[in-house]
Amino acid sequence: MNKLIQAAYTWANERLNLDDMLHFAQKKTVPEHRHSAWYYWGGVTLFFFLVQAVSGVLLLLYYRPGPDSFESVRQITFDINFGWLIRSIHSWAANLMVLSIFVHMFSVFFMKAYRSPREFGWWSGIALLVMAMLFGFSGYLLPMNELAYFATKVGLEIPASMPVIGPVMADLVRGGLEVNEFTVQRFFALHVVVLPALFVPLLGFHLWLVQKHGNALPPSEEARPVEQRRNMPFFPNFMLRDMAMWLIALNVLAVLAAVFPWDLGQAADPLKPAPRGIHPEWYFMSQFQVLKVFGNWLPGAAGEIIGLVWFSLGMVLWCLIPLYDPNRSSGRRGRRATYFGLLALFILIVTTGWGYWATHNETLTDAQPGPAKAGAAQSPPAANPK
Amino acid sequence: MSHDNSNTQQQGQEEISPASTRRMFTKVVVGGVGFCYAAALGYPIYRFLNSPVEKATLAAAVTEITLKDAQKLPAGSALIFKFGAEPCLLIHLPEGKWVAMSAKCTHLGCTVQYEPDKQRIFCACHGGTYDPANGHNIAGPPPKPLKAFVVREVTDTAVIVSRA
Repeated sequence: MNKLIQAAYTWANERLNLDDMLHFAQKKTVPEHRHSAWYYWGGVTLFFFLVQAVSGVLLLLYYRPGPDSFESVRQITFDINFGWLIRSIHSWAANLMVLSIFVHMFSVFFMKAYRSPREFGWWSGIALLVMAMLFGFSGYLLPMNELAYFATKVGLEIPASMPVIGPVMADLVRGGLEVNEFTVQRFFALHVVVLPALFVPLLGFHLWLVQKHGNALPPSEEARPVEQRRNMPFFPNFMLRDMAMWLIALNVLAVLAAVFPWDLGQAADPLKPAPRGIHPEWYFMSQFQVLKVFGNWLPGAAGEIIGLVWFSLGMVLWCLIPLYDPNRSSGRRGRRATYFGLLALFILIVTTGWGYWATHNETLTDAQPGPAKAGAAQSPPAANPK
Repeated sequence: MSHDNSNTQQQGQEEISPASTRRMFTKVVVGGVGFCYAAALGYPIYRFLNSPVEKATLAAAVTEITLKDAQKLPAGSALIFKFGAEPCLLIHLPEGKWVAMSAKCTHLGCTVQYEPDKQRIFCACHGGTYDPANGHNIAGPPPKPLKAFVVREVTDTAVIVSRA
């Protein structure tokens, strides 16, 4: 038997050069220092992505896009064995994946892992984040419930506020003048075909870069002489730790999905007013709040446009960071980059918190009985989500 | 893991060392926990995939079916109806007798048809032929008769068919 395996290996090795890969795997190491814990977050993200792929395919077996979409998700949630669990896992893992991307991205940022020669890792990572958010946005509509309907409506109003091309683009994406069953069909195609077809090769590129350049050292470690730096072998030491993290991630996901099953909500009804306190997923909350604030301060579409410019500018600066702070000799620029990252993180957290606080207050006004409620129903449009 | 390694190496093989029983214990525990995880993941996925099968099985568990207005079927003709999940033939024979049988060919599962002019039941897929009076296979590849059902009652409003 062993001889047979040996022969099969030799046969494959002659054709695929497996020895090279094994040799590479054997000598692959991971730096060991007090910031090493941050190295796990890319792997955690990968784990959640794999969960998404598997649970997504399972949901695909029963989900029907188009006019039947809410009913099919209702069946998945209430009629199909463990359908509620698979759906809950898909929703929770989506959120946890975006969360771990953010942790990964900010840890890369503050450890300065975007510096030369890892610029493409940074850029492909940002593209993966944007795609993950598009995954989230398109997937959110698919159950076609009330929240999904209004979130998509609002989400598409934002690009629609761009002059000239905005409305045309929004109509094309929507497949109509309002969110309708064609929108669901389009988002479905985007969610299960287009995005995966783009995401997977880009993810492959991102992971290949990590193999090519290895883990980046944070500046505090780079400052040490080489002989004082410690490394651990990737196989099996780091990989076992990686797997332990995956196991923790799996347990957290399982507990969240089982204890807090994802809500189905009401079927979308285009003739019903938006429920008060409606808000997007947390990873769009910052943008949502900024647009709302600008929209209240500035007349007409100016608010949305300023908001859009603000995000685009932020994203461009975020992408340019590796060019501004290219290596360890960047000196003052390196420090400024760190401050810029702290500022970005601060704005993100504050606007997100602000958004939750604001929607929470709106829900409270709604909860008051009697005249207050009647008054709330006539509140100015400024209080509506923008 | 690495601790276990060094322990076994130091103590050699002269006796069953505590390290090797510890290794055995670790193996069993890790294997057992792994099995539990595999089951906890596999069972819901299996039930999820099996859901329509369970529903169909439940629907197929009927023992009797009432065909409304089927008594109007003229002698020398037939109709195909669903008994649970499978297609069945209800035949009103030219001599006035009523029979019912599965319409699923016993060869490879195609749906058969009643041909009154030739007094036979015919499967168009591979030319299997059955006797309409009792469902016996009389020619072609089918290995056995069509599964029989019982016409229990022909009333003024319906025909009642049950399992044999």
